[in-house]
Amino acid sequence: MTGSTVTTGGAGAPAPAKDRSPDGNGKGPGFMAGPAGRLLGLVVAFALLCVVGAVTAPDRFVDIDNVLTILRLAAVVGVVSIGMTFVIIGGGIDLSVGALVALSSVWATTLATQQMAEDFHWIVMVFTAIAVGAGAGLVNGIVIAYGRLVAFIATLAMLVSARGLAEIIANRRTQIVQDQGFLDFFGGDVLGVPSLVVIWALVSVAGWVLLNRTTFGRHTFAVGGNAEAARLAGIRVQWHTLKLYVLSGVTCGIAAVMLMARTTTGVSTHGTLMELQAIAAVVIGGTLLVGGRGTIVGTVLGVLILITLGNVFVLNNLSSSAQAVVQGLIIVLAVLLQTRLAEGRGGFGWLTGSRSGRGESSSGGPVAGGTPAGAVSGGTSTPGAPGGDRPGTGSTP
Amino acid sequence: MVSKSLGVGVMTGAAGTGGNSSSGAPLLEMRGIVKTFPGVRALDGVDLDVRAGEVHCLLGQNGAGKSTLIKVLAGAHQPDGGRIEWRGEPVSLSNPQAAMKHGIATIYQELDLVSGLTVADNIFLGRERSRFGLARPAPANDAAGKLLARLGHPEIRPTAEAGSLPAAAQQMVSIARALSQDAKLIVMDEPSAVLDNEEVQHLFEVIRDITRDGVAVVYISHRLEEIREVGDRITVLKDGRTVATGLPVRDTTTRQVIELMTGRDIEFVFPDRRPVADAEPLLSVRDLGLRGTFRDVSFDVRPGEVVGLAGLVGSGRSEILETVYGARRATSGTVTVAGRRLRHGSVAAAVSAGVGLAPEERKSQALLLGDAVYRNISIASLARFVRGGFLSGGPEKEAAREQVQALDVRPADVTREVRTLSGGNQQKVVLARWLLRDCRVLLLDEPTRGVDVGARSEIYALVRELADRGVAVVVVSSEIPEVLGLADRVLVISDGSVVAQEPADALDEHAVLDLVMEGTVDPHRRADRKHATAQQHEGDVA
Repeated sequence: MTGSTVTTGGAGAPAPAKDRSPDGNGKGPGFMAGPAGRLLGLVVAFALLCVVGAVTAPDRFVDIDNVLTILRLAAVVGVVSIGMTFVIIGGGIDLSVGALVALSSVWATTLATQQMAEDFHWIVMVFTAIAVGAGAGLVNGIVIAYGRLVAFIATLAMLVSARGLAEIIANRRTQIVQDQGFLDFFGGDVLGVPSLVVIWALVSVAGWVLLNRTTFGRHTFAVGGNAEAARLAGIRVQWHTLKLYVLSGVTCGIAAVMLMARTTTGVSTHGTLMELQAIAAVVIGGTLLVGGRGTIVGTVLGVLILITLGNVFVLNNLSSSAQAVVQGLIIVLAVLLQTRLAEGRGGFGWLTGSRSGRGESSSGGPVAGGTPAGAVSGGTSTPGAPGGDRPGTGSTP
Repeated sequence: MVSKSLGVGVMTGAAGTGGNSSSGAPLLEMRGIVKTFPGVRALDGVDLDVRAGEVHCLLGQNGAGKSTLIKVLAGAHQPDGGRIEWRGEPVSLSNPQAAMKHGIATIYQELDLVSGLTVADNIFLGRERSRFGLARPAPANDAAGKLLARLGHPEIRPTAEAGSLPAAAQQMVSIARALSQDAKLIVMDEPSAVLDNEEVQHLFEVIRDITRDGVAVVYISHRLEEIREVGDRITVLKDGRTVATGLPVRDTTTRQVIELMTGRDIEFVFPDRRPVADAEPLLSVRDLGLRGTFRDVSFDVRPGEVVGLAGLVGSGRSEILETVYGARRATSGTVTVAGRRLRHGSVAAAVSAGVGLAPEERKSQALLLGDAVYRNISIASLARFVRGGFLSGGPEKEAAREQVQALDVRPADVTREVRTLSGGNQQKVVLARWLLRDCRVLLLDEPTRGVDVGARSEIYALVRELADRGVAVVVVSSEIPEVLGLADRVLVISDGSVVAQEPADALDEHAVLDLVMEGTVDPHRRADRKHATAQQHEGDVA
């Protein structure tokens, strides 16, 4: 994903406006802009949503079975979202996750695989699903990291062809999971908690450790935050990018197993639009789409918010169409808030029409667009200023 | 080095004498312009006045403030102080649109055409002619064709795609755009940098042509001989200040201009050199080449030695550094570190051999701006903080804290986001990264770019201290005094080749300037200079 050249800059032009940092003497961005503040905001949003649910459908919402339903639904998307979080923090995107879930589920439930599972152990199906996911992720990774294709296009192509392949393998039929051991294991519960939810929790914890307590995680932040700086610090950016997509593929494989257990089927329509749900959850969770910043806890909360919202709508007998509209609004709101907060502009200033931060106030206030988020909000670079554009620093080539 | 009286004398000499083609009140008058960025005072009281119909040359070394000044003029930066008068009226150029409305157009070095649009579309971008909401390409093409013909370039088709044109033609399109906006003042930022000789001559004709119509041109170039050819008056900037304004070109010698550009009010304190022990070279570069950029570069750096690369922008000096580091793949030659030959084009190989690079563009090439200081420092040495497969944050922060204290990074808070630090402290963070990795060879590209004047000596002392600890250091800088003051030995790079390799104290700033301008300064004079330098050197020794 790195550019092939290093620019040397022209004639000592000072860094363009959008490159400058906010005032060095002031305190950093406000509390709400910090990771803790953002997570707190999510918790509050989630709590509000629960209050709305409890008020509008008091009997049905506050019910242990309903809670378990929400969690079970959230688990599958939740696992995929963990992989997606890594890819997005690393400066990429994976649109193929839904299709990979379908492909993995179909491949793991073919007659041949099920026969092997019967002869040996149902774990064969699990391994098959994960291997298929990882393999497809590897293809994504190779094409993106070494073929230098834009991640959006590469994974879009994978989305289309993986689902096509799933249809070919399943011959557009629904494949029933025969192995009772498999269904018992994944359909059961641990101390009253459904296995699926336990798996989601385990994957999330593992993801958190991997992101925050390993070299791999640190390199992910570096590659997504500034690929060129990461390369010049000796990180093998392409190799790392490849690993990120494999990781995403693995989570798709795990999700496929979970979906097979929940539905007792493998079918090529599994995971339809799951990529949108996962990306939405990650973004709601405060991970920057341009990379370099994000949290696992945020993603988990993002998934919970998204799924609980759906649940509240269903309990109130509202149509799924209305639900879709509201989901869209929430995504836009989340990104808007996120961008503003990341720019350290105190959140709601833009609502009250204070636009002073947009240009460069001579008082040396925080300069708009100093953050990677500036790229998301767009239009923060001053027209007429020479493009400070440096090959190889963008999140995508 | 520079006599103060010279500058003053020249300035008073300039006052009152008219340029050759202009008269009357100035078109533009800037007084005491101040612009500060976090940690840097880019402009510190700049004066400039430009008359209608003149070619006013803006000169200064890198970092003198030229680019900032023209961005102020273009409305892209707002000054923190000072006054701008346009045709006798005070104005505020609060954004690029305002500047354009007044008739100030800027042609940047990086041409800002939309490459997918046609020439005519580009010229009238933002002011498209339409009827009932539909674009009317025919009149636009017509008008564009007329403009280009007036500029003497009828061969540029208005319907051609801008991106498909050569650089010179694109520049003409930019000029046509400025003229179509009825610009009274056109700022050209190093327009000749992308042109060959013949194209430059063509450009000059166009400039003469448009100034004859009363349009003023502010012309920025590093090439003094161009200024002599096309310019009327000169303003020289240095360290964010105007050191001379309104010098008539014909009464000013090249020598005077160079001295105005290079003479310093602030003498930097460079640390003392120690004799370098006669050891095996730590870094050894042999016949290194990168096709189309530089060739046959060979040099050795012993432990404790600082080698400087001096040269103009575009001479290949930064590219040499990046190729040694593996950030560019060499097409010939070898790089050896402590007897181990490095694989070409592999940064990871260089880093694991103990080489570190502090790149030219700190913010875009070295720092994770939104990350904490300690994470920026530890990123190249994470492996040593891994315990049983997991990173342990405690030792990592502790190690970073030690580096921050050793290098005196202020504020000494390792959890602070690196973006909030000043340029000098950011540079220290980059150095800390490599110190934490115990690197043996340190490559520094423009180590004091964007660093406050006061903080520079600290960086210099630091570099010397590292060398004294046995690190081999290579420094690239466009500030010649910096290279001369810091390095033990200097390689002068011109046009992709090493034209001289001498001990730093055998060279002075003028000698280096003459060497790097090789081919533009007449050879006879250059020989003279060399001779003079040698004599001077002998004198020093005696």
